[in-house]
Amino acid sequence: MQGTTPAAISVTGLCKSYGTKQVLDGVDLTVPAGAIYALLGPNGAGKTTMVHILSTLIRADGGEAAVGGFDVVGQADAVRGKIGLTGQFSAVDSLLTGEENLTLMGRLRHFPPDDIKRRTAELLDRFDLKEAARKPLATYSGGMQRRLDLAMTLMGDPDIIFLDEPTTGLDPRSRRTMWDIIRTLAAKGVTIFLTTQYLEEADQLADRIAVLDHGRIVAEGTPAELKRLVPGGHFRLTFGDLPALERAAVVLEPQSRDDDSLTLDVAGEDGVRALKDVLDRLERASVEVVDLSVHTPNLDDVFLALTGQAPTNPASTDRKDVLQ
Amino acid sequence: MSSLGFAAADASTMLRRNLKHVVRYPSIPLFVAGIPIVFLLLFVFVLGGTLGSGMGGTRDDYIAYIVPGILMLALTGSAQGTAISVATDMTEGIVARFRTMAISRGAVLTGHVLGSLIQTMAAVLLVAAVAVLIGFRPMGSPAGWLGAFGILTLIALAMTWLTVAMGMNAKSVETASNQPTFLMLMPFLGSGFVPTDSMSDGLRWFADVQPFTPFIESVRGMLMGTPVAGWTMVATLVWCAVISLGGYFCALWLYNRKSVRG
Repeated sequence: MQGTTPAAISVTGLCKSYGTKQVLDGVDLTVPAGAIYALLGPNGAGKTTMVHILSTLIRADGGEAAVGGFDVVGQADAVRGKIGLTGQFSAVDSLLTGEENLTLMGRLRHFPPDDIKRRTAELLDRFDLKEAARKPLATYSGGMQRRLDLAMTLMGDPDIIFLDEPTTGLDPRSRRTMWDIIRTLAAKGVTIFLTTQYLEEADQLADRIAVLDHGRIVAEGTPAELKRLVPGGHFRLTFGDLPALERAAVVLEPQSRDDDSLTLDVAGEDGVRALKDVLDRLERASVEVVDLSVHTPNLDDVFLALTGQAPTNPASTDRKDVLQ
Repeated sequence: MSSLGFAAADASTMLRRNLKHVVRYPSIPLFVAGIPIVFLLLFVFVLGGTLGSGMGGTRDDYIAYIVPGILMLALTGSAQGTAISVATDMTEGIVARFRTMAISRGAVLTGHVLGSLIQTMAAVLLVAAVAVLIGFRPMGSPAGWLGAFGILTLIALAMTWLTVAMGMNAKSVETASNQPTFLMLMPFLGSGFVPTDSMSDGLRWFADVQPFTPFIESVRGMLMGTPVAGWTMVATLVWCAVISLGGYFCALWLYNRKSVRG
């Protein structure tokens, strides 16, 4: 690679609204070539809209977006020649067989017939679809359809691949398979832009993560950087009665307390050691614990940390003021 | 390959896709060819005696009179099938994928149009064969028959582009199936089943200006070897061109505009 790798995707001030609903509200981001970039956010955050704009399916209301060095509006055909999209909706022809679907993609890319044959066979083999190749798609499972969908995207040999929630609705095994496929692609130098609602998925795969909430990027960085913004896990302790809860609350420093359910939440940044410390303290104070559960940080925590507390991200609140 | 070459290649790929769909799921095409045949049998064997004598002839004369109108029904019914298949296709994820690919503009639609055109003309030939079987005798020359086939193809092309646009415009598959129904009525409101001079004044005016009357008259003339007025031929060609181009630009505009979110 050269010293300065051009950005595969660069987006500035992207806006999109549907009626009065502002779906994207000034999004800026840069995806380096060859990276796996995850756009993390809950349902309705604007992830799919983002992918649809970048893949030329819809137009933004404002801002600029370049994919593979081409403008998504003015040079849409050049962009289309470089990208592949596997969306949440199944982008396969359900009246054709798996093999015919792949051949169709090859023809539309104007590959020579021999190449199409060879690549189709390769992809069917690689995605474990060889046996089902000549069966109609009605007989395919959800995981098989998703694999075919991705295989069709790869048939075009794209430089940049958009994956919109590639593992939503898949069973754990199919999810692992999908992750392996994505890693293999990235290892070959393909740029991958994926959206997900799962922190774990972004953490497992991505070189960089952007957190999207209500159409704005509220945090961006490497998984390690992002995790530093999020408070660690916590322990939830349940007590037998209110006096026990009171005594425990004195010796521990609970993050939150719920008298109705008789629970305390205690921060537990460093795992086992913190847990031992909590239990030691309770033993010294002779408080009995009825139940204990360990909570590791999840997407809820990330959002609570990033959107619940204004000081964590002053930039985004400022922007909101300006826009209003 | 030139861009024109790519466009042709893409359209032929899409055509193959559509033909595969038809071969595998032939219920719509069969239905489409069935309706005009039922109308043909009804009009000839149930109504034909009375209508024939009303026009100063016999049941056999009436067959000769209505076959062009029945062929129009085959065209319009088939066009309805086109609207349904386009609207259904637009709900498929694969079309969203096509829109993210560098495919020649309009290839998806051209594929639909060519696929439908082939089906329509097959239906027309089938209906014509049934007509011959029950006693229709086209008295014109083979050159006239060929001319009639050419005119029918042009009309089919116009109907197909029109209904592709309707299918693109429809909010749902149900609307797509209902909207083109008025086309089925047009041959009745023209010279398809009775001469327009037998109609009431307002209707007669409409029948004389609407496109299906020149369509029917020029096909009838060529099949039967009777003279076709020059203006009838001109009107036929102009209507075909106007409807085809209107449908084409409308459909293309709708296709480019329509997002996956609808």
